Amino acid sequence: MMFDTKTLPLITNVSRRNFLQGTAGVFVLAATLRSLPAHAEKPPQFAGEGMPNGLRDKPDIFLSIAEDGTVTYTCHRSEMGQGVRTGLTMIVADELEADWSKVKVAQAPGDEEKYGNQDTDGSRTTRHHFMTMRKVGAAARAMLEAAAAAQMGVPVSEVKASNHEVVHAKTGRKIGYGALAKAAATQPVPAEPRLKSPSEFRYMGKSDRQLVDGFDITTGKAIYGIDTRVDGMLYAVVARPPVYGGKVKSYEAAEAMKVPGVVKVVAIEGTPAPSEFWPVGGIGVVAKNTWAALKGREALKIEWEAGDNASYSSDAYRKQLEAAASQPGKVVRSDGDFEAGMAKAAKRVVASYYIPHLTQASMEAPAAVVQVKDGKCEAWGCVQSPQAARERLAKRLGLTDDKVTVHVTLLGGGFGRKSKPDFFVEAGLMSQAADGAPVKLIWTRDDDLQHSYYHTVSVERLEAGLDEKGKPIAWLHRSVAPSIGTTFAANVKTQIPIELGMGFVNTPFVLQNARFENPEAEAHTRIGWYRSVSNIPRGFAVQSFVAELAAAVGRDPKDYLLELIGPPRQINPYSIGDQWNHGEDPALYPIDTGRLRGVIEAAAKGIGWGRSMPKGHGLGIAGHYSFVSYIAVAAEVAINDKNELSIPKVDVAIDCGPRVAPERIRSQLEGAMIMGMSNSLYSEISFKNGAVEQTNFDGYLVSRMDIAPAEIVVHFVGGDDWNQPLGGVGEPGVPPVAPAIFNAIFAATGKRIRTLPLKDQLNSSA
Amino acid sequence: MVQFVVNGRQVDTQADADMPLLWFLRDELGLTGTKFGCGQALCGACTIHVNGSAVRSCQTTVGDAAGAAITTIEGLSPDGMHPLQVAWRAHNVPQCGYCQAGQLMQAASLLKDTPNPTDQQINEAMYGNICRCGTYNRIRTAIKEAATNVKRG
Repeated sequence: MMFDTKTLPLITNVSRRNFLQGTAGVFVLAATLRSLPAHAEKPPQFAGEGMPNGLRDKPDIFLSIAEDGTVTYTCHRSEMGQGVRTGLTMIVADELEADWSKVKVAQAPGDEEKYGNQDTDGSRTTRHHFMTMRKVGAAARAMLEAAAAAQMGVPVSEVKASNHEVVHAKTGRKIGYGALAKAAATQPVPAEPRLKSPSEFRYMGKSDRQLVDGFDITTGKAIYGIDTRVDGMLYAVVARPPVYGGKVKSYEAAEAMKVPGVVKVVAIEGTPAPSEFWPVGGIGVVAKNTWAALKGREALKIEWEAGDNASYSSDAYRKQLEAAASQPGKVVRSDGDFEAGMAKAAKRVVASYYIPHLTQASMEAPAAVVQVKDGKCEAWGCVQSPQAARERLAKRLGLTDDKVTVHVTLLGGGFGRKSKPDFFVEAGLMSQAADGAPVKLIWTRDDDLQHSYYHTVSVERLEAGLDEKGKPIAWLHRSVAPSIGTTFAANVKTQIPIELGMGFVNTPFVLQNARFENPEAEAHTRIGWYRSVSNIPRGFAVQSFVAELAAAVGRDPKDYLLELIGPPRQINPYSIGDQWNHGEDPALYPIDTGRLRGVIEAAAKGIGWGRSMPKGHGLGIAGHYSFVSYIAVAAEVAINDKNELSIPKVDVAIDCGPRVAPERIRSQLEGAMIMGMSNSLYSEISFKNGAVEQTNFDGYLVSRMDIAPAEIVVHFVGGDDWNQPLGGVGEPGVPPVAPAIFNAIFAATGKRIRTLPLKDQLNSSA
Repeated sequence: MVQFVVNGRQVDTQADADMPLLWFLRDELGLTGTKFGCGQALCGACTIHVNGSAVRSCQTTVGDAAGAAITTIEGLSPDGMHPLQVAWRAHNVPQCGYCQAGQLMQAASLLKDTPNPTDQQINEAMYGNICRCGTYNRIRTAIKEAATNVKRG
């Protein structure tokens, strides 16, 4: 299991062949949202270079400087609360040696030929763009210095950029960036500009910048997708088939057309499963304002044909998943001989965990304004993948990509939902039907909860055989869940590499006689990404199971977890069956068990692990590696005599390598704790007769302020060496929250709960 | 014809009296700072002040507002310097920011009635405002700081 670079070429070649054949090709579609990369015949490229359309690092693409000195940085990644518009600006402005007060941030439209990859997902914006954005800023700084030296008639080595001006120290002469802008633009762009040394950083690694959009957000001026206003704009909503794969059998629009303000009723042809990023179809109502569109939709009479998924019901499906998990499935990793290990075991422990469908439920539901007129299409909206939106609009409207412009607004949350631009296509079709008027399409909360791309539903079953000392000598993990691949390809019944590599096959424990199996599961709804994706079920199941094993042999769960992780070492993820590794080079990003141990120890120390607890209180801990970062959560729960749960304190420790914007990392982790609590305690999407049962926030429950702990303490571990590769931040905080909470509930009550969410299980007798 | 005042401006409208104020403010007046979140008073994103009290504009109709003085996030302060807005920025409260107009309007109403709220009072007053990004801890901190600043000022 030790890291060995010699084995890499062979493994990557195998991986390359695999993904050009059959199922694994789905991974490419799913991971890239688009076509096969053009370099498919070349050796694999990792990180940003491996994404469709790769990276750009030239200053003229991203920067302009006006004569008054105003620097405009064009951000090409979507802002959905993770802080990229502030964080990327810190990188560029720092290397540019810019005065923060003179930097403005613009937002790029979807144009990957120009900007490189724009898919804002996978917790990878900062780690993929740290070096390119440094180069952008540094190259522009070098060009300003060259222009100043030429103007002053001195060697360029004698001048230095400093806080928005270039200074000639010998003579004390200074020229401001504004005065240099024109001349600097004519300088050659240096291929390898000198980057600052970390001691020169003025913004990176510091927490004193306010959000670039903070003023607009707090004064109501910030523009999200739903806030877009265009002259002559109409408003629309769509009635969609309640069951995935269903369609309109017949409809009657007369009553809807009588609603004052309703302009048009439009039938939208849906794409049958796998429907990818295309609309599921239905009947749209276009009106002069939102209220009229909503009333018009209510007045529609539609008879639906339910299609193949009409019998999908969550209760029955759970039993199917559990039955599948109790039978052998496709082996995706095998070390040693599981049966032989189990035969020798002194003690056997078996546990099955259930994690329901979840949904993103961003506070801003999908929304887009699209105008299709004179052979062109212009669109505005909250989208994580503007290039995908552009390509889908072009294809469905019969235009070429260059005739389609997609403007990216702020996103009122994304969490993966807004990677899927089906709503842009719906809006485009309605503009087309409304004779080219711009149409604002909104999704109501009901639409959002009932027609999402859902987080999968899963059963994770674990079995372990323990020797006399309580050490596992056999380990079986079966993961059964409909795959994201089903949204992109037919006949997909097993999980794709991105799912296998999310805390399943890459479990970094010292295991002998381990087997990982993936029995088949069919999808009956659209499965998609939701923040942290398959790490949610794996974090919950594996980290709960470890605590169950510790309890079975009377050991401290934190010590037992550290023993299972074993000594600090580097594991090549490819060597344990993870041929994805979050798209990163395994040589740069091995799994480092020392770092995983480090965060667990930091979280334990923070919460005061081992202290004596008042009655009804308990501590729980969990550590999980995902998105090439290491995170541990320690939680204190309190359960009163009415069986009501509160969470007085959470300590979360992260080792994500160097921290560009530490303040935004803290905020992401605080938020991840709260979202993890939603997943743990409240949220569940369930189906009955093919349709989602939840219609609003009274059915789909999420964390509110009362559950927010009095204290969430974020601990940073490692990351002092800026040469170390960066890890992800947006997603990895979520997975360890649920197991930490449920392990704490066990510590407080002796009750082991294996079904998410908690809801009223503290009151049940099981 | 319905008449009311929005952020100090007189508004006369022929709009459908049953239209929720939310859509009237956003679609007809272009005041898009007030957000749509759920349409059923379950999330607080659309919170505005009617005669000084926080209400959900998705459940208040144009007809209900007749004769009222309405304040939206755009009118909370003339220059964006309400103590809560200042505290929100000082603590970098927002993540995506979408719910924050509603949070601010709810918090402003809380501080008006309860100038020095306890954590418990803050939790109760803000319970109806969902933040899916999970900024609750910073909201609490910012409210307490703004309360202190209001007293000092």
